[in-house]
Amino acid sequence: MNVLVAYDVATESAGGRRRLRKVAQACKNFGQRVQKSVFECVLSEMQFEELVRCLVEIIDEKEDSLRVYRLVEPKEKYVQVFGVDTSVDFDEPLVL
Amino acid sequence: MHQLLNTLYLTTEGAYLRLDHDTLRVEVERETKLQVPIHHLGGIVCFGDVLVSPAALARCAQDGRFVVFLDRNGRFQARVEGPISGNVLLRCAQHAAMGSVDKTLSIARNVVAGKIQNSRQIVLRAARESDQSDDGDALRQTAEALANVLGRVPLSPDLEHLRGLEGEAARKYFATFDRMVREDRAVFALNGRNRRPPTDPVNALLSFLYALLMNDCVAALEGVGLDPQMGYLHALRPGRAALALDLMEELRSVFADRLALTLINRKQVAASQFHARPGGAVHLEDAARKEVIVAYQKRKQEEITHPVLDQKMPLGLVPHVQARLLARVLRGDLNAYPPFLFR
Repeated sequence: MNVLVAYDVATESAGGRRRLRKVAQACKNFGQRVQKSVFECVLSEMQFEELVRCLVEIIDEKEDSLRVYRLVEPKEKYVQVFGVDTSVDFDEPLVL
Repeated sequence: MHQLLNTLYLTTEGAYLRLDHDTLRVEVERETKLQVPIHHLGGIVCFGDVLVSPAALARCAQDGRFVVFLDRNGRFQARVEGPISGNVLLRCAQHAAMGSVDKTLSIARNVVAGKIQNSRQIVLRAARESDQSDDGDALRQTAEALANVLGRVPLSPDLEHLRGLEGEAARKYFATFDRMVREDRAVFALNGRNRRPPTDPVNALLSFLYALLMNDCVAALEGVGLDPQMGYLHALRPGRAALALDLMEELRSVFADRLALTLINRKQVAASQFHARPGGAVHLEDAARKEVIVAYQKRKQEEITHPVLDQKMPLGLVPHVQARLLARVLRGDLNAYPPFLFR
């Protein structure tokens, strides 16, 4: 499934900045960054549960905000992208 | 049915692949070129001077993702494997079948039959598409000759005879391979199949595609828990993945030959991209190699209907399905091995 993760993490404190780094890393493990705090992930059901559990564990529910959207597939049909786009389609041939 | 996972191909000299948490990062001259979550990948294929960090290797081995090192021309060098997994009982059955003359011959016969039938399909299709009547006639003759050999396969008394039939079919098939080339025939002429090293562009292209397919076949067998070295049609030899070669026979024409012809006929590879080396070897240049890999990956994503399972799937899953069918034969759940017949 295609999932979009967006977050706001309060970074006034050192703890907040640490949470921000952790959230970003967790998202990177499952997908790719498409904007500063927006990630797109292609996941199986199990990986989806794992990602959500992992993120909820990191954030401070009093200060931070996390949104996970399930995207309608196929993505090419329902997602429009304008402007700078550096994202890579992980299903396309990966040759470097 | 498992999902067809992507393969990461690294062809850039000096690329460095490292593990970064649950992702793999490819750096070229210290600049990150690509970062992929590891769950998207079934394996990694490295060409030439590519570095892989020990942590990345360990992680892939542990997860059962294959890491293969090839030289710049696609020749196999090494494979990194994790602890032997899979099913001991299945491997026992696989070894036991080796001792049974009937079972060995029955599997080998079906493998050869699949191979001949699929190459015949390629020839017939080229004959239909050909706009020169003499090409069409020659190809139809080849198809007929192949059908004749195919008819003798079930009667072959032993492996030696069967290998002879396979050789005969291969010679007939490659004798008119040229007739399927529509562009630049002078350059893309084939004087029979040759390898180690390939001495003309078509052979170079075929060898390269076979190397890619070989990796997928080994990975498919390992994924099912079979020992890729214990084969039936191909003689056992240390270091030779005989079973993977067996599995590959029926897939060669579908995965590689047809694709090589398409690449030439659509001018996706040009004569200028092949370079002759001293000693007669012909090599593909970097840009063309990338083009070929991309085309191969795209080919694997094409949807087909598997004739035995009657199920839609990407072509790339076929080696995995065939490995599974083979496992069922070895276990005795299935009487005869059904080769993959294209169309």
